Amino acid sequence: MRTSALLATGLALAAFATTGCSVLGGEDPADLQVYTGRHYGSEKVFEKFTKDTGITVDILSGDDADLLERIKAEGAKSTADIFMTVSAGPLWNAADQGLLESLDSTVLDKAVPAQYRDADDRWFGLVRRARTVVYDPAKVDPKEFDAKDTYAGLTDPKWKGRLCMRDLSGAYTTSLVASLINLHGYDKTLAMVKGWLANDVEIMGNDVELLEAISAGTCEVGISNHYYLARGQADGELKDVALYWASQQGAGVHENISGAGVVATSDAKAKAQEFLEWLATEGQDDMLEGNHEFPVNPEVPADEAALAFGPFKAMSVDAEAYGQLNPDAVKLLAEADYK
Amino acid sequence: MTQLAILTRRASLRGRPGWSALVLLLAVLTAAPVVSVLLDGATSEARAWPSDLGAMVVTTVLLMLGVGAGTLVIGCGLAWLVTAYTFPLRNLMVWLLVLPLAMPAYILGFVFLSTFDAASPVQQWLRAHVNDSIQVDVSTLAGCAVVMSLTLYPYVYLMARAAFAEQAPTTYDAARVLGASRRRAFFRVLLPMARPSLAAGLALVMMEVLTDFATIQYFGVQTVSYGVYTTFKQSFNFAAAAQLASLVMLFAVVVMAGERLLRGRARYTQRGGRGSGLAPTRLPLVKGLLATGACVAALLAAVIVPVIRLTGWAVDHARNGDGRPALGEGFLQALTNSAVVAVLAALLCVALAVLMGHALRLGAGRLVRSAAQLTTFGYAVPGVVIGIGVLLLLRHLDGALVAVGIPGGTGLLATGSVVAILCAYAVRFLGPAFQAVDASYAKLPVSVTQSALSLGSGPMRLFGRVHMPLIRPGVAVALVLVAIDAIKELPIVLMLRPIGFDTVSAWVHRLATENLWGLAAAPALVIVGLAVVPVAILGRQVRAADRREGGRR
Repeated sequence: MRTSALLATGLALAAFATTGCSVLGGEDPADLQVYTGRHYGSEKVFEKFTKDTGITVDILSGDDADLLERIKAEGAKSTADIFMTVSAGPLWNAADQGLLESLDSTVLDKAVPAQYRDADDRWFGLVRRARTVVYDPAKVDPKEFDAKDTYAGLTDPKWKGRLCMRDLSGAYTTSLVASLINLHGYDKTLAMVKGWLANDVEIMGNDVELLEAISAGTCEVGISNHYYLARGQADGELKDVALYWASQQGAGVHENISGAGVVATSDAKAKAQEFLEWLATEGQDDMLEGNHEFPVNPEVPADEAALAFGPFKAMSVDAEAYGQLNPDAVKLLAEADYK
Repeated sequence: MTQLAILTRRASLRGRPGWSALVLLLAVLTAAPVVSVLLDGATSEARAWPSDLGAMVVTTVLLMLGVGAGTLVIGCGLAWLVTAYTFPLRNLMVWLLVLPLAMPAYILGFVFLSTFDAASPVQQWLRAHVNDSIQVDVSTLAGCAVVMSLTLYPYVYLMARAAFAEQAPTTYDAARVLGASRRRAFFRVLLPMARPSLAAGLALVMMEVLTDFATIQYFGVQTVSYGVYTTFKQSFNFAAAAQLASLVMLFAVVVMAGERLLRGRARYTQRGGRGSGLAPTRLPLVKGLLATGACVAALLAAVIVPVIRLTGWAVDHARNGDGRPALGEGFLQALTNSAVVAVLAALLCVALAVLMGHALRLGAGRLVRSAAQLTTFGYAVPGVVIGIGVLLLLRHLDGALVAVGIPGGTGLLATGSVVAILCAYAVRFLGPAFQAVDASYAKLPVSVTQSALSLGSGPMRLFGRVHMPLIRPGVAVALVLVAIDAIKELPIVLMLRPIGFDTVSAWVHRLATENLWGLAAAPALVIVGLAVVPVAILGRQVRAADRREGGRR
């Protein structure tokens, strides 16, 4: 007993020595503290930025909503300089709660088209992701889709038992429905979602699972973010799944943005603004690398895998609508009993 | 009544104000973060309950019942098997059966679905070889209950085994001598006597079920926690989410009340020190092999097959992946961080739990007992709520410190910190620690405490020389439970970690949310491996206890 008690005390002291030091001071904080909901491979972008500008960056990654709430709870003392998310909703919410600073930047105004940024320039989209229809070309003729309103077309009884969709995890289904509410109004969208469900949609936990189901033949048509398919195909998988740009003869395909804003309590606003400007211009390629999203900057080309899907028209919905209508979308999905 | 008896009664009933105050203080401290969130929520507007709340409540109850029944059957059944019988590999199985604790439910859930759902290799094979119309939906409430039962049964198993091994023998022998069959003696005597321990184990299981949001999401099972999660992450309405979280806590209150009810007024302490242990019967060969098979089946489903699947992905990624190393730069640091935080959290929570147990044993009124019970509710509060609560408290604390002239306050808030994480862990994991320690105290006859006190030993000496040696098994279990939970815990880490501070669970989460299971497989295996360490220590303790009893016989 005595030895194990000693051992435990020793371990505890050692533990404090190692973590305590690194946390309670020691290293100098970097110039910019970025709270980011972007996950994968984002570190490289920050390294490149530091190389280009000499400004050092620390990142704290997490879920959009968690980080938003953390910035709020930290209040005036928050160290966050940049809030970066994978969806427009949290950006809108952060701005709405007064957490983001309005920027005056000709670089950003030029690089980011108006529909991908806040009307008061408190946040800016940086990359775009399209949520569109994917299908099994062996079983589905793309002519079967309604080219005018593809999302609504999936309520047709001919799709009964052939559909797969994503659950409410991630922001994707909710923001799609939010943009549909913006387009069609609440009641019509509710009828549409109920129409999907009436076709015995199978609800899946994530997009990759959904794409694999189509590849395995248990499902014929689904709705997925374009880059999951691009990523799978770049890895040599999912070759038997095809992408269809939705609603091309109508309102266009649904897009969401991943973007960022400068936190109002930041004490490095000039550098933070420089960071956003860099991301929207020279840094665009680095942001896209390996994850096959589309750039917001019209002068920057997308990567090969994303371009392979062909040109498309995007729904000209103000990204602001997603944030504002998100709660309505959640309510609608619950009302339709979408699980 | 003799003079001595009167003295001991007084000594035990009056309690010690200092110790009682300590329990009250702990209760206030652990309740504070949650209360601050609720107050924060109550003062902001726009709080609508989700429209499908009724269905969520029903789903929650069904899932709790399903997992409760599952863990009770598996945990209690296996505990009885390894206690009452010997069969091939039994000594190994006794502690191997604890291993599923090391498997986080969200990892098992993912592996389960990718192995058995309609697009899985299993069903593809069935369609190719048996009938091409086979499409079974396994992402259901039942599937979720199975996965959760498989990862959570060790809670019941541990508690049941301890109860069977420690307190049953004499009574069981008496029942047998009086002519009861083994089955009858088990169901009529042993099981009722193990009730407090089983109830404690089940309460932990229920709380895990209540706060889980990752596994239920995979299976599309919409419990109240799912409501908390979507309200927060989709509507960004934290106030409404916190309000909904209070409903989760209400469920926890019901669970606690249920546990008390199950325990009843009965106090089952053993007479005459440690029992001699149940003399296990050797099973005949065929039955023995069946018993081994039952143990192996549980292990196969909960540990072995998932580990094989994960290893397969990890190897596949290493061979054909896009060249990014699965255990890249910084992973070692994350691993160290996880281990350190787990050790510190375990020591902290168990120290607090032991202090409370000791204080209660020194004699405490209803108020102090309720306060002790209150500290365990943190286990039923979603991690996100505790995380925000700690942040809010730190902000208030810093404000107060600045107001009295300490510039910068604690300085903890600005950076997020390991200290904050440990505070949150203490709030969240004091529950399991206290349950385990308290269960050990419950088996300790009051007369032992009374004798020591009446013979003049002070509280500290009583603790060091009498209580501590006797409650060691409970302390060991508590340490292990907290350490494992701390390794697996995710929301609190994500919410409170300092910049640049990564843990293994956060690492896996980052990859899993992007469905990069090729990359996530190796780190997930490391989580399992890391959690195996405390489990193995616990297993060694279980076996050592076995041997001691064997030697005495």
